[in-house]
Amino acid sequence: MDLLLGAVVLGVLLGCFYAAVSVGLSVSFGLLDVPHVAHPAFLVLASYGVYQLNESYDIDPLLAGLAITPLFFLFGLLAYRVYYETFERRGSDAAVRGIAFFFGIAFIIEVLIILQFGVDQRSVSATYIGKSWRFGEFRIPIRQLVAFAVALALTVLLAVYLSKTFMGRAIRAVAQDEEALRLMGANPVRIKQFAFGIATAVLGIAGALLIIVAPVEPTLDRAYIGRTFCVVVMAGLGSISGTLIAAIILGVAESIVLTLFGASWAPAISFAMLLGVLAVRPQGLLGR
Amino acid sequence: MKRRTFLGGAMAVAVVGHGSSALAQQPPIKIGMSMPQTGGLAGGGKASLLGIEIWRDDVNAKGGLLGRKVELVVYDDKSSASETPAIYAKLVDVDKVDLLFAPYATVPTAPIMPFVKQRGLLLMGNFSFQVNSKVGHDMWFNNAPWGPADSWAASFLDLAQKAGGKNMALLTADQEFAQNLALTARDVAKKRNIPIVFDQVYPPNTVEFSSIIRALKAAKPDIVYVASYPPDSAGILRAVNEIGIGDSVKIFGGGMVGLQFAAVMSNLGSLLNGVVNYNTWLPEKSMYFDGTKEFFDKYTKRAVEAKVDPLGYYLAPFGYAMGQMIEAAVGATKSLDQKGIAKYLRENEHKTIVGPIAFSADGERKETATLQAQFRGVKDKDIEQFRSSGRQVILFPDKLKTGELITPFEAARN
Repeated sequence: MDLLLGAVVLGVLLGCFYAAVSVGLSVSFGLLDVPHVAHPAFLVLASYGVYQLNESYDIDPLLAGLAITPLFFLFGLLAYRVYYETFERRGSDAAVRGIAFFFGIAFIIEVLIILQFGVDQRSVSATYIGKSWRFGEFRIPIRQLVAFAVALALTVLLAVYLSKTFMGRAIRAVAQDEEALRLMGANPVRIKQFAFGIATAVLGIAGALLIIVAPVEPTLDRAYIGRTFCVVVMAGLGSISGTLIAAIILGVAESIVLTLFGASWAPAISFAMLLGVLAVRPQGLLGR
Repeated sequence: MKRRTFLGGAMAVAVVGHGSSALAQQPPIKIGMSMPQTGGLAGGGKASLLGIEIWRDDVNAKGGLLGRKVELVVYDDKSSASETPAIYAKLVDVDKVDLLFAPYATVPTAPIMPFVKQRGLLLMGNFSFQVNSKVGHDMWFNNAPWGPADSWAASFLDLAQKAGGKNMALLTADQEFAQNLALTARDVAKKRNIPIVFDQVYPPNTVEFSSIIRALKAAKPDIVYVASYPPDSAGILRAVNEIGIGDSVKIFGGGMVGLQFAAVMSNLGSLLNGVVNYNTWLPEKSMYFDGTKEFFDKYTKRAVEAKVDPLGYYLAPFGYAMGQMIEAAVGATKSLDQKGIAKYLRENEHKTIVGPIAFSADGERKETATLQAQFRGVKDKDIEQFRSSGRQVILFPDKLKTGELITPFEAARN
């Protein structure tokens, strides 16, 4: 019973972390329909940015994540503009060709990281890494609690931004009916570009959480590509609160399987659950 | 006068040029290999390759092999088993290399064993574990110090039993190398009537180990034998530090790949203390042979610009030793006949910078030279500390021993 309870608690923490690394994709892929397979590569790039600041200037990883957020926003604006000019503007099969574009970007990022940092694992130091809080016999890693709190705040903030602000509502509108927005006199491309910038900026913080939770290496993006897309599709495309719920379900399921049924089964869990959810609700948990 | 000087000079250049171009015109001896330069094994692969490159430069500076320059033909296998069969087919059939070196590690090497056996090709192994046990290729020679299959687990369990360990937990990565280690550990445990109270295999890409360590702790084992790969070893140790492993554990470690690499050791710092893990070379007095110091002098300089492991203890000297063995065999047989080279390698003891190497019939070392060492007094964020002796106390083999095991594990961590 203790083991099960522990597995659920650790699973919720892990799930919130999964939400943080997936929420940007929920905007770029879920709302904007951009086949952003380079999302995990952007995430790893952010982790290396955080590593560099932490290593060179001894800046706390979370503050470092916050510091690189504006840069990632600009990077997102640029990436979308290149994608739009070279693919999206040119026709209906943009999505298929866009996948090749983003795969290319992901490989370029991977190679650049290797050239700059080498292939070794990198990690950051902070007072909350490597320690745990004790509740009797039960211990919770503090780095996971930090990741949980930050991830929760990040997801809630993004959900509020998209539902309560003018720009957030414009982003939702462009996702629903781009043509109608154009008729209203707004430029949907600019709004989509801005939204892609937001989705990429979020990765500054998510990248900090990634390197806080575990060491990173240049090809780590491959480990996250399945998980992040699984969370976003299971959540229902574009649903931020759905992303949080789906990620927590996934985290708890993985944690229970790891603890009680053996680690070999854990990778199958994400996709088994995805198939299960899609069979019952093809639009995802909170999709419309 | 001016013209004569010019002509004389030109003739001298031509003569010198002719002499050296005669050597240069001989086709180089091509040694082909794949090496993980991206992916989880890249840290080791790059260091290993640097060791081989230093040997190539040394041997070329001495005039090459059989008077021919040595050239390496290297492809990145991305740490993937699916890449190597095609790469080795290309090396043999398209690049027409003269000799083959295996890539670093078990996973990329295992799928090329049937190919080299079928073609009757010599393959110098590079730190694989038991990839030849079922294939039975008689032209395979592993540079690693592993020795007989069960010696690795046996040496760890010897230490564990002396410390009072009576039951064992086994945590292994779901891939070839770790599974081979686990297999021998289970066999040795069975022979010694050591019950296995926890036996879990975790898949590659496992992100978080807290749940697994909690389950392991609940089994209350005395001995924890871990066979993990570099990306996971750090995650496991971090989780052990945070979740705790229990007071029952007498000894922890055994087969964790990654804890031999400078970046990982530096990142983990004091979390390493107490862990007993295998190693291959450590900066202790007894481990210096002819050329060892000179090799590390060169390696240390070149590692900085190559951005590879600054220490390079684990793999690089063995990459160099692999070249030394080929150099000796080609020199002695005066040919590139692979059967002749294999015969020479099998029948002789070879002097290398990692000590004398002799092979048994299966192409592995006759005697194990795998170290079991306990991390002690390691501080955070300091790579240089690992260059001095005493940070990893050698517990096995006896002839290289530099201290006794501190147990239980929790006591050794402080």
